[in-house]
Amino acid sequence: MKKIEKKNLSVLFEALAAKAALYIPADNAAGQSQFTRYEAGMTLSEKLNTARSPKDLFFPQIENLVDFQVFGKEIQVRERKAPEEDFILFGVRGCDCKSFEILDKVFLSEPADGYYAARRSHGIVMTLACGAPEETCFCGVFGIDPAAPGGDVSCYFAEDALFLQPLTSKGEALLEGIALEEAGDEAVEAEKTSIRRIADRLPLNQLSTEAFGGDKTKTLFDRPEWETLAKSCIGCGTCTFVCPTCQCYDVKEFKAGDTVQRFRCWDSCMYSDFTMMSAGQPRPTQKERFRQRFMHKLVYYPANNEGLFSCVGCGRCVAKCPIHMNIAKVMKTLGGAQNEK
Amino acid sequence: MRNEPLIPMIAQVTDVRIDTPDVKTFRVVGLDGKKPFTHIPGQCAMLSMPGVGEALFSITSSPTNQDFLEFSIKKCGCVTNWLHEIEPGQQITLRGPYGNGFPVDTAFRGQDMLFIAGGIGLAPLRSVINYVRDNRENYGQVDIVYGARSKDDLVDYPEIMEQWCKEPGLSVHLTIDREQEGWDGHVGFVPNYVKELGFDVHKTAIICGPPIMIKFTLSALQELGFDKTQVYTTMELKMKCGLGKCGRCNIGTKYVCKDGPVFRCDQLDELPDEY
Amino acid sequence: MQARLIQRAKELLESGEVERVLGWTAGEFFYDLTPAVFTTVEVLEKDFRYNVFAGANLSKYLIAESRKPGKIAAFLKPCDSYSFLQLVKEHRINRENVYVVGVGCEGKCDMEKIRAAGIKGVLDVKQNGDTLVLDTLYGEKTMAVADALAERCAVCKSKKFAIYDELIGEDGEDSDDSRFAEVRRLEAMTPEERFAFWRGELSRCIRCNACRNVCPACSCEKCVFDNPASGVENKAAASSFEENMFHIIRAFHVAGRCTDCGECSRVCPQHIPLHLLNRKLISDMNELYGAYQAGADMESRPPMVDFRQNDPEPSIVHERGNR
Repeated sequence: MKKIEKKNLSVLFEALAAKAALYIPADNAAGQSQFTRYEAGMTLSEKLNTARSPKDLFFPQIENLVDFQVFGKEIQVRERKAPEEDFILFGVRGCDCKSFEILDKVFLSEPADGYYAARRSHGIVMTLACGAPEETCFCGVFGIDPAAPGGDVSCYFAEDALFLQPLTSKGEALLEGIALEEAGDEAVEAEKTSIRRIADRLPLNQLSTEAFGGDKTKTLFDRPEWETLAKSCIGCGTCTFVCPTCQCYDVKEFKAGDTVQRFRCWDSCMYSDFTMMSAGQPRPTQKERFRQRFMHKLVYYPANNEGLFSCVGCGRCVAKCPIHMNIAKVMKTLGGAQNEK
Repeated sequence: MRNEPLIPMIAQVTDVRIDTPDVKTFRVVGLDGKKPFTHIPGQCAMLSMPGVGEALFSITSSPTNQDFLEFSIKKCGCVTNWLHEIEPGQQITLRGPYGNGFPVDTAFRGQDMLFIAGGIGLAPLRSVINYVRDNRENYGQVDIVYGARSKDDLVDYPEIMEQWCKEPGLSVHLTIDREQEGWDGHVGFVPNYVKELGFDVHKTAIICGPPIMIKFTLSALQELGFDKTQVYTTMELKMKCGLGKCGRCNIGTKYVCKDGPVFRCDQLDELPDEY
Repeated sequence: MQARLIQRAKELLESGEVERVLGWTAGEFFYDLTPAVFTTVEVLEKDFRYNVFAGANLSKYLIAESRKPGKIAAFLKPCDSYSFLQLVKEHRINRENVYVVGVGCEGKCDMEKIRAAGIKGVLDVKQNGDTLVLDTLYGEKTMAVADALAERCAVCKSKKFAIYDELIGEDGEDSDDSRFAEVRRLEAMTPEERFAFWRGELSRCIRCNACRNVCPACSCEKCVFDNPASGVENKAAASSFEENMFHIIRAFHVAGRCTDCGECSRVCPQHIPLHLLNRKLISDMNELYGAYQAGADMESRPPMVDFRQNDPEPSIVHERGNR
């Protein structure tokens, strides 16, 4: 365990930024926290979560794949290079760190996605334990411990200092040569106890996953509650785009002069054209689209990934949905809570 | 070039054959003039023209064809409209093959085969039919029921008449939806024709065609005593990646592009009704 | 207020005057109400909620709901009533199928405002007169209602209803033009500063379409930006400027029909002050063509589809375009 005085945080950030591109949660002009490329003088956001999730750094909203040029009947290809620069993500919460594992199972399974794989191998993740969880948090439902956030280095704020625990060789190497004090475990252990005590009191942490899982398609798909749950959904992509585990994409092109740039961009199962074909539409109303999103997270994904749910309980959708419909309400309606009051 | 699954190779169209008023068959090879990749019957590939779009098509040629890939494509959207305008020598982009394909070397081995196709639904079946013809010793009796709106809409009519119809151990049953001058064959919809023909229930059946035809043909087979475990079909949903990653072609837990497009009908029963 | 609404909804359902009631259903917390349609008294009594966080504009739901058979009662705030009447005027809502219960409004709170004040872990909220008492994971906190008001409510255009069939609470008055203060601040900028301001704000857009989908004026059956045949369909912009254009085009498209309900900014997950684009156009139209409030009545001709002899010449519009 290492430590650095909180007042010297900028010294740590400077040292990290000297090693590789550093991204930290910082407040933007609208007062929201976002992972931002560190520059001298930038301060760490006080907010629990960034408005957008750190998936952006591994799976950006737009990724240029390839450029084409067409000459008569001939096509020339110029492939865009996958990123090759190392970068450090500081301040990733336990939930978001878990989301990388969920994305990995999609993008790194054969045939692996080279762009994502490159970013993952170049990215170093420094997590930060959640000193003050929000009421929208429910990572505990998915077995995530906000007091043990994982990553290459786990960090904790305790006793006016930042404690750093390297967990991987990548993490060890990152901290090498940075002026940090050696520290005992006591302060961090006390902080962990405090975090877990708060986590136990989180109302949404009482949700149960019992009714969900890979074998529940038959019991859940035709439940009449989908109709009511989806009723007021406005079909926007907010939940999808702020979600750390949503990873659906579209492949599109745009023309720039005589070059055709093919790119991939985030897509949302909430959009009507997501499954629209000239031959028909398997999900004709918002009910089917809404159901797909939650069935995917709670049933289909676990069916294909050894029971792992595709939600980490970060609470972004809970805070951001324009009409306050979210996975917590879906789980409660379809599955009931353990401690139904 | 890095082996990046979303980055296509450049291929060229060496022949365009007009099959019907709205179906053309495209012969495709790599820039080296050779077949771009090997595949299993029933698998698909992504074809695209930069600036027009990319779409998934089933591979019509049999893997036993060593020289080229063929795609029979019906004109019905942006990419297909463009393809219908091109001439031999045109380059296109190609990636694949995608999907599971038919179990030609496992479940189908030693079986009597019954192929049932409607319209452009013959495209994926032609790959299996020709594979079976080229490996005749591995399969029993072959029956083909093929229907289209009219005589002119039967895809690949010359090959059917000149090769398939003349082959021993292979019976072809053609039908068209309505009476037509110059047609003395069967008239009527495929599902009814299947019932009329009344096949031996020990066959393995493969149905491919419009969703409504698949649905009624499956019922017809069940009426004849077929079990769903003997019947295979192929599915089509909107796809973008072909890799099971872009997230849109799932029916419940299964991705059509990766776990399909070939499904046994009893497997489809396990999936939610959303296709 | 909640008890009065439930009571009235119950009467309307029980008497058969309406078959459905559009209101809000309870969430996990005090603040996360969801718009909902009630058809039975049982569910209504159990789940209907109304409080200072019932901010969503329910009017747009009535496009679909009013086309279904049977009458629906809808609880509308004053600002919702403008959106409602505008949609009736545009023949999007079938007026005959809707029974409008106006609900007097003193402004709605915005949870994001409370969070921005640094209050974390809000489990429950109680309204005690002008004060919100917040029960949080980290102890009890208080905040003035005024400080927690949504921006649109803090500069409310009018507490006067455009339309209602019956009223619960008070009808109010039109307010002064304080809502244009922020527009004036932007107008006072140099073109370069203003350009930089909007480029900065719009650069945060993630193209989730929440602003468009929630907007009562964006009621096209299929948006041009969703139609592959339109040539402008895009989920991701080719450039950051194209992204900006989406919002500018949208603002122009709804000009003269936008009632300034503020839903676009309420729902923006990236906190882009989109309503300022609309408000600028409203301000300009007021100045050039005379005061006009979309959705205020059924009769007046909207300035952008009306022509009068004394309309300013296009050159005048052009000349003042620089401010």
